[in-house]
Amino acid sequence: MYLATTGRPDAPPTPSGVRRRVPGTVLALGTVSLVTDVSSEMVTAVLPLYLVLGLGLSPLQFGLLDGLSTGATALVRLLGGATADRGGRHKTVGGLGYALSALSRLGLLLAGGATGWIAGALGADRLGKGIRTAPRDALITLHSPPEDLGRAFGTHRAMDTTGALLGPLAAFALLWATADAYDAVFAVSFCVGTLGVLLWLLFVPGRGALPARPLGAPAAPPARGGLLAALRAPGYRRIVLCAGLLGAATVGDSFLYLLLQQRLDLDATWFPFLPLGAAAVFLLLAVPAGRLADRLGRRLPLLYGHGALLLAYGLLLTPLPGPLVLTGVLVLLGLFYAATDGVLMALTGPHLTEGRQAGGLALVQTAQALARVGAAVAFGAVWTASGPETALVAALAALAAAVCCAARLLPRDPGPGPGGRPGPETSERTD
Amino acid sequence: MPLPTGASTRTRVWIVVLALLLLGGGATAYTLRAAAGREADTTRTADPGFVLTGGPGTLYARDTATGRVARLDRAAPGGRTAGGPACDRFHAAGGTALCLRRRPGVPARSYVIVLDRQLREVRRMALPGIPSRARVSASGNMLAWTMFATGDSYARSSFSTRTSILDLRTGYLVKNIEQIPLTLGGRRHHAPDVNYWGVSFAADDNRFYATVSTGGRTHLVEGDMAAWSARALRENVECPSLSPDGTRLAFKKRVSDGPREPWRLYVYDLASGREHPVAERRGIDDQALWTDGETLAYGYGGGVWSVPADGTGTPRQLAAGASSPAVPG
Repeated sequence: MYLATTGRPDAPPTPSGVRRRVPGTVLALGTVSLVTDVSSEMVTAVLPLYLVLGLGLSPLQFGLLDGLSTGATALVRLLGGATADRGGRHKTVGGLGYALSALSRLGLLLAGGATGWIAGALGADRLGKGIRTAPRDALITLHSPPEDLGRAFGTHRAMDTTGALLGPLAAFALLWATADAYDAVFAVSFCVGTLGVLLWLLFVPGRGALPARPLGAPAAPPARGGLLAALRAPGYRRIVLCAGLLGAATVGDSFLYLLLQQRLDLDATWFPFLPLGAAAVFLLLAVPAGRLADRLGRRLPLLYGHGALLLAYGLLLTPLPGPLVLTGVLVLLGLFYAATDGVLMALTGPHLTEGRQAGGLALVQTAQALARVGAAVAFGAVWTASGPETALVAALAALAAAVCCAARLLPRDPGPGPGGRPGPETSERTD
Repeated sequence: MPLPTGASTRTRVWIVVLALLLLGGGATAYTLRAAAGREADTTRTADPGFVLTGGPGTLYARDTATGRVARLDRAAPGGRTAGGPACDRFHAAGGTALCLRRRPGVPARSYVIVLDRQLREVRRMALPGIPSRARVSASGNMLAWTMFATGDSYARSSFSTRTSILDLRTGYLVKNIEQIPLTLGGRRHHAPDVNYWGVSFAADDNRFYATVSTGGRTHLVEGDMAAWSARALRENVECPSLSPDGTRLAFKKRVSDGPREPWRLYVYDLASGREHPVAERRGIDDQALWTDGETLAYGYGGGVWSVPADGTGTPRQLAAGASSPAVPG
């Protein structure tokens, strides 16, 4: 599909109602993410098997090997964003991140059983992921018409999730075919990752290929100052604040799955399928949620998405029958990701200064990620001190408060027309 | 439209086709080469006549090359007779053998296979997870095993283990001992991150020792099956292994936070509360086995080694290309 569409001009857009095409660059970025996610999820899926059965390590050792700390990842992401913004080097910086991750598979292959090298390779993979995220999202922002950003991010996230679902399947098929040759999984993952880098090099536009801003877009003052200079814009500042607030009230998925398992007395065999269910819902709803965000303005899906998470917490507290709770929580969790993950980026994009997109998006992502880590720690602490029910009630209250604050704080999309972005009918142009 | 790389679309498509051929060919070649000679049958049962005997002190272990349980025997070719069942983890004592075998497929699942002295299958259960530890009590009545329960990419935030206990006398199975009331620091402890692993039974088949991990620390716990309770005794003790006389625990002690060789093998005297390192100075990541009252056996670097428990002597390799040592007695 990327082959068929990248030959088309991706800007300026030629909108024809809702049937406008997703820009070729976004499809190219989505394809790179899909291929890269197949590559990285292949490794992630077999790594525990390899370390525990192949090398005879204990589970705790596995935890120690698990690469970079959260703080280091956050720093790398901010640096990746800021560096990419200097002279519009999104393609170079992002490509470096993809290449680093692909090369890390080679490191796993050559490490043999040496745990120090394995830890190094896993760290390099994380480093690569941290570096590339912000430049890639900035490229999506730069190459999509502002009124279609929600759909662009939705498309990208759906393709990304597809790769994440395919990777483990590919890895286990390989293990089955080779009677547990873990090195074959690493080798194939390296080849798939290399393909991703190549697609990035060939089909992702570099500097100088930026489309002209469509009419009505805010004029771009030249970017000045450090990474935090963007925070002077009040709209952007509020988004960062809300990302942090909402993130701080989001308990980790693993806690929700654990609660589901306890609540339903679910057989452990089914435990790994819970995240799959949520991912499938995310995959299906990412594009519709993005389109809806383009129509309604992006703050509403973001708020409703967190509302879905709020309902999921509530559902876990109700005495409803088990299967209903299970289905409900998984659907709501998928809906939460569909309505917030890409939409937050789409909301942020138009508030960013020209030439500062990668750094700006990186800061929002980092604020959210760090806040979520804090939330997980706090949730675990409340659980330990007063039990899971109390922890869930506390999380529910915190999230409700955060959503209320965000509803007041979140800015509307900038653009022509009162009350936010006009619908596609009003922005329609005929050639 | 400005072309991203200056090349025409046709050129770029051809580059991708060529790369697909090259990378696909490379991946296929590597996979075929890796698959060749790996036809090891992972469903093998014990050969007729291969049983859990051979005199006191006879050492059994998993043979890495065949994946089967082997009896170490200097006279045999290769120093071993690999005629046992195929297992990923193995332990045997008191006429009972415990074999953990991973099943292919996604998500990771394993068979827990209980065998008698003739290595005939007595019981088989399919449980989720990757085999990590297996232990049989000295009497052969109590079985415990630990499965590593993260095998999927979607819950990567932390690992988790699932430790089960099976009483062969009653057939009673505790699938996950996480629910056992745990006292830590004098208080009943509730936490979402409680994980148990590495069980070792006392001679009464009721008391047991294990590792519990919570809040980023590991503790030695003493459990009581009949009272169904557990209490933490001290910190930084993993994979305890009780000596045959019940006075000492061999265990893994965490000595560094880095990923390289973070553990050393120690012995802890239960009466005095004193601990001492053994003469093995390398990083050991295994639940040690008491081969007699004074000697420990453990896996290191793909082989089985042994060292005196009192801190004297030097490590000695018992078998290369082997793991999961057991002395069925």
